[in-house]
Amino acid sequence: MLDLLRRILRTGIVSERLPAPGEPPVDTRGLQEALLGVLGRALCIRHVDAGSCNGCELEIHALNNPYYNLEGAGIRFVASPRHADLLLVTGPVSVNMEEALRRTYAATPDPKLVVAVGDCGACGGLFGESYASIGGVAKVIPVDVTVPGCPPSPVAILQGILAATRKRAAPASSG
Amino acid sequence: MTPLPLSIDSTSLPSNVPARLGVVDREQWLALASAMKSAGAVLLSLWGTDDRDRDGRFRVRAAYLLRHEVVVVEHPMPATAPSYPGLEDRFPVAARLQRTTADLLGVVAEGGDGRGWVQHGRWSRQAFPLRRDSDPVPRTAASEPYRFVSVSGDGVHEIPVGPVHAGTIEPGGFRFSVVGEKVLRLEQRLGYTHKGVARRFEQLSQREGHRLAARLSGDSAVAFSWAYCAALESITGTPVPPRAAALRALALERERIANHLGDLGALGNDAGFAAGLAQFSRLKEDLLRENARALGARYLLDWVVPGGVATDLASERMGVEAAQLAALEATVLELKTLYDEHPGLQDRFREAGRLSAEVVEKLGAVGLAARASGMGQDLRIDMPWPPYDWLEPRLIQQSTGDVAARVQVRFGELLESIRLCQTLLARLPDGAIRVEVPIASPDRLGLGLIEGWRGPVMIALHCGAEGAIRRCHGHDPSWQNWPLLEHAILDNIVPDFPLINKSFNLSYSGHDG
Repeated sequence: MLDLLRRILRTGIVSERLPAPGEPPVDTRGLQEALLGVLGRALCIRHVDAGSCNGCELEIHALNNPYYNLEGAGIRFVASPRHADLLLVTGPVSVNMEEALRRTYAATPDPKLVVAVGDCGACGGLFGESYASIGGVAKVIPVDVTVPGCPPSPVAILQGILAATRKRAAPASSG
Repeated sequence: MTPLPLSIDSTSLPSNVPARLGVVDREQWLALASAMKSAGAVLLSLWGTDDRDRDGRFRVRAAYLLRHEVVVVEHPMPATAPSYPGLEDRFPVAARLQRTTADLLGVVAEGGDGRGWVQHGRWSRQAFPLRRDSDPVPRTAASEPYRFVSVSGDGVHEIPVGPVHAGTIEPGGFRFSVVGEKVLRLEQRLGYTHKGVARRFEQLSQREGHRLAARLSGDSAVAFSWAYCAALESITGTPVPPRAAALRALALERERIANHLGDLGALGNDAGFAAGLAQFSRLKEDLLRENARALGARYLLDWVVPGGVATDLASERMGVEAAQLAALEATVLELKTLYDEHPGLQDRFREAGRLSAEVVEKLGAVGLAARASGMGQDLRIDMPWPPYDWLEPRLIQQSTGDVAARVQVRFGELLESIRLCQTLLARLPDGAIRVEVPIASPDRLGLGLIEGWRGPVMIALHCGAEGAIRRCHGHDPSWQNWPLLEHAILDNIVPDFPLINKSFNLSYSGHDG
């Protein structure tokens, strides 16, 4: 136990300041306020792999490491679409996953946001469109923001998530 | 080399490891499978090809992995009767490979399971995407229900899981039959991420194929792209410069380190030790950031290229790399002690998801999962290609076959890979990092085999005319090891499934194709 505490103390706090969409970096408190302004609460994300090569999943995992301190910014990954505000969808959508993706989208309460992650999520990527691949996520469900990259970095994914929440906030504040 | 059993003629096959090709008829196909089983071989892969445009035949090929060589056998069939004897009695892994070959090519194994595997009823069952006259493949409106094997009895109920899972993982279907919390049976249904990569390969040129190979399973990108390039370089007789080979090995070992770091953290987390996840995921992030600084990208999807590698390691980064690896080693050793001495963690790890050596041998498991049960091999040791011929990696094995053993193999391999990286940095040869690879002549077949972090990955590349790809078959070790999970979970409780599953961490994408 003491060894563990020593390890934790020696590691210290490694969390970094989170970037705003399109930079420059802002501190996490500002980010939290921005999120609260949009949603009135923290942001819950449900990830859906609709057929990816698992590269994007690795970077979504990385987003949950201590450097990015997502939970500190009020962002949390949840286990069910029914708890989610935002779907983070990877892959070219395979024909075998099309129905599951549609159902997950339907199970997510309104108002919902969708961020398509990676070149494949954006347009099908190298897999393209074929008998087995439908292509980009937008061919199956409405997409608010796409994050290109193969795979996109955790920071790019985070910026995509923030861009989607801001986009939703914009019409509300103008109306 | 020892002669093939049954006096079958064989020719040497271009590959980075010792490999041979033999052509067999129906009887020899079966007799050879039996002989291979007796010789202790593993059925590494099975795939089919439409050659009706050449000689009016379909072909099915099986690749057997022996201790020191790979034997590929090829069985031609007339176009009018495309069927062959199934191998699942001898090699259980054949069952799903044969179902996939039937789905994609319409070439069927006699007497096998008739259910589709990657075919979920979303494209016409009368259309076979790997037949050269199949374009276009008509889609169908809705998928069909799958006939899971049902278990009946007092108090038995079923838990369906997936294809969308609760965590950030790939999609797949699991059907548990349970009594109380105890698992009586697990049946997997995979194929959800089937993207049609085999057909996609045929639309790419030989010079582009490595990019798709890297994306068969993103977490094994270096292993797969190296396997592809090794096949192409062997076919064309292109020796890779020593510096490029060493840099590829550096990247492959870093890929192994990154995956083990991620999984060791996740294994701690799944057993209720969140501090383990925080520590290991931080170490993994440090490694990925150094990848970006030293090699140009966090994940090296387009870095191994035909003839060499895309970017050189600058001499000023070598010292930083070595220092970072030394610091990583010290921290991993410290965390290993924490894991080893944590009673709560060890209580969850020990005895969970146990696989005996007998089961592992019977199912023909490969890679780290087999090594955790005291079996299996490591291509880097048994068939070393440059630079492993001078690196001399040590074999990491455990005998108990439970989650604890798989955790220990991961720790052992992680530390061994750090040692290999340090050796590579200290002895990195000078010279070019890339050479031109000529266009391969048509109809040549070659193999690339690389020991990725899960186990052996294979690319079988069949060249077409003018730099085209006639057929390319990629094989991930998850094919062998998914059925292991169905056994490992038996008599365990449902809440231990995530932990047991994570101890294997198999690829859905690499399997589904």
